[in-house]
Amino acid sequence: MRAKAWFEKGLIYLVLAAGGIFSLLPLVWLIRSSLMNMGQIFELPPVWIPNPVQFSNYSEALTILPFGRYFVNTVIIVVFSVLGVIVTSSISAYSFARMRWRGRELVFGLLLSSMMLPYAVTLIPTFIGWSKVGLTNSFIPLIAPAWFGGGAFNIFLLRQFYLSIPRDLDEAAYVDGAGHLRIFRSIILPLTKPALIVVGLFSFLAAWNDFLGPLVYLSDETKYTLALGLQQFKGMYSAEWHLMMAAATVVLLPAIIVFFIGQRYFIEGITLTGIKA
Amino acid sequence: MLVDTISARSGNRLRNKRHTNRRDLYGWLFAMPAILGLLIFTLGPMIYSLYMSFTDYTGSNSPTFTGLDNYRRMFSGEDPYFYKSLAVTFYFVILSVPTGIIYSFLLAILLNQNVKGKSIFRTIFYLPSIVPIIAISFIWLWLLNPDLGLANELLRSLGLPGSQWIFGEKSVVPSLALMNLWTTGGTMIIFLAGLQDIPRSLYEAIEMDGGSRLAKLRHITIPMMTPTIFFNLIMGIINGFQVFSQAYVMTNGGPNNASLFYVFYLYREAFQFSRMGSASAIAWVLFVIIMVLTYVVFRTSNKWVYYEGDGAR
Repeated sequence: MRAKAWFEKGLIYLVLAAGGIFSLLPLVWLIRSSLMNMGQIFELPPVWIPNPVQFSNYSEALTILPFGRYFVNTVIIVVFSVLGVIVTSSISAYSFARMRWRGRELVFGLLLSSMMLPYAVTLIPTFIGWSKVGLTNSFIPLIAPAWFGGGAFNIFLLRQFYLSIPRDLDEAAYVDGAGHLRIFRSIILPLTKPALIVVGLFSFLAAWNDFLGPLVYLSDETKYTLALGLQQFKGMYSAEWHLMMAAATVVLLPAIIVFFIGQRYFIEGITLTGIKA
Repeated sequence: MLVDTISARSGNRLRNKRHTNRRDLYGWLFAMPAILGLLIFTLGPMIYSLYMSFTDYTGSNSPTFTGLDNYRRMFSGEDPYFYKSLAVTFYFVILSVPTGIIYSFLLAILLNQNVKGKSIFRTIFYLPSIVPIIAISFIWLWLLNPDLGLANELLRSLGLPGSQWIFGEKSVVPSLALMNLWTTGGTMIIFLAGLQDIPRSLYEAIEMDGGSRLAKLRHITIPMMTPTIFFNLIMGIINGFQVFSQAYVMTNGGPNNASLFYVFYLYREAFQFSRMGSASAIAWVLFVIIMVLTYVVFRTSNKWVYYEGDGAR
């Protein structure tokens, strides 16, 4: 019996470790390759620890293309998108959670079903719309949607949080003559900061990782984001794996840093996603 | 609620009505970003796209109404890529959705046992899903390189033959499904949350009867988790049908269109061949396919999804 328990425990750790290796190995391989010289990267059997460690891959990769420009472009898009999502999804969510108005259920129902809508359906007409007003090849098509509710998912997430706050709190404030804006700002928002952080983190990642949006809308090289720059890099240096890996690491790093800073919130946020199941 | 009681007490019908109107106005005002967003970025484009799908719009001409011509070209096989991309995409969904669910469910179950380092494992499993798709594509292009990649090197060291991976017509979709497996950390966390919600008392009952781990899994864990499996299944299907960036960056739809995913086909029609009308028809067909599949899964759900009584959640 004891032996069997040991065996089971061992098996569990073995599978978990295998999964862990599968998850980490590609990332380790990425970093390792980004620090090697051209000769060592192709050595067989493969070398695991770069020797010498070649940091110059990074400076080389980053100067071949104007990555500084791409970085600034990406940051502009990300900052304004995240801001838009936070401001408009929270205020809309408040309306759905706390205010009663005609048509509320209908609008919320439509919003929820829009989550199932493939983005491919709206991609083309939206693109044509933006090109008719002459705004393609600008950041506006990439930022504007964030300022219009910031996506059904975020509104849904925040609404769930708001519903969990006892109504007595805002009703007391209401009796004291506070309007909705006051209740929202001084009661709901301070109590749901973690939820807002979750939404902020998710929208940061969505904007930072977006590839299709910039690909469709940005045609001028000076307006490229990091993701597009990387794609362009691939076309030019597809055999120079050490440089490609260094460039990929640079694009990946901010996402990883943000993830580790907000790790707790991420887990909480995804957990909540599943709860509607 | 309070607002309603106050207005009911006022007794004055006219004032009551004015109050309701003002209440509506404020409600609409607060929800305005979402309402406008729904109209401008969802409903409007949907209707516009449906209209375009019946025209020969190229993005620069004035569209002429061509009836069902775009749809006819797709379904008649005149455009051979429609059926090809459908087959590729279905194949990918059939491979990636079940493997993704089984893999992440297995990891979640193991993590939910009494293991040390649970949060570390959880972080490690989740980590790949925050990697930007462009970086994922770079990493896997390199790992799966047939001549110099790590994957073939590992296979060779085990005495197994290597693969052409994304450069083989037969192996490209399975390779992309494997890559997809790498990023299922989010699904795993949703499963883990579901597992933690299963009441301990259920397991204790089976322990008293001397049930094994397997019996617990079969009679409690899996039945109790069916709603979560159901949710992940639906989301997996919806996301699986929309794969694009990997194909664009890694394979460009090749070799020989073996990874011509549906959305990539749509992208090509719209942005490389400037056939906006035809691309809109392609988009609407995708929409209908996803609706039908979701409906089918929903319809079968009462046969296998366990719903708790009304008291739950």
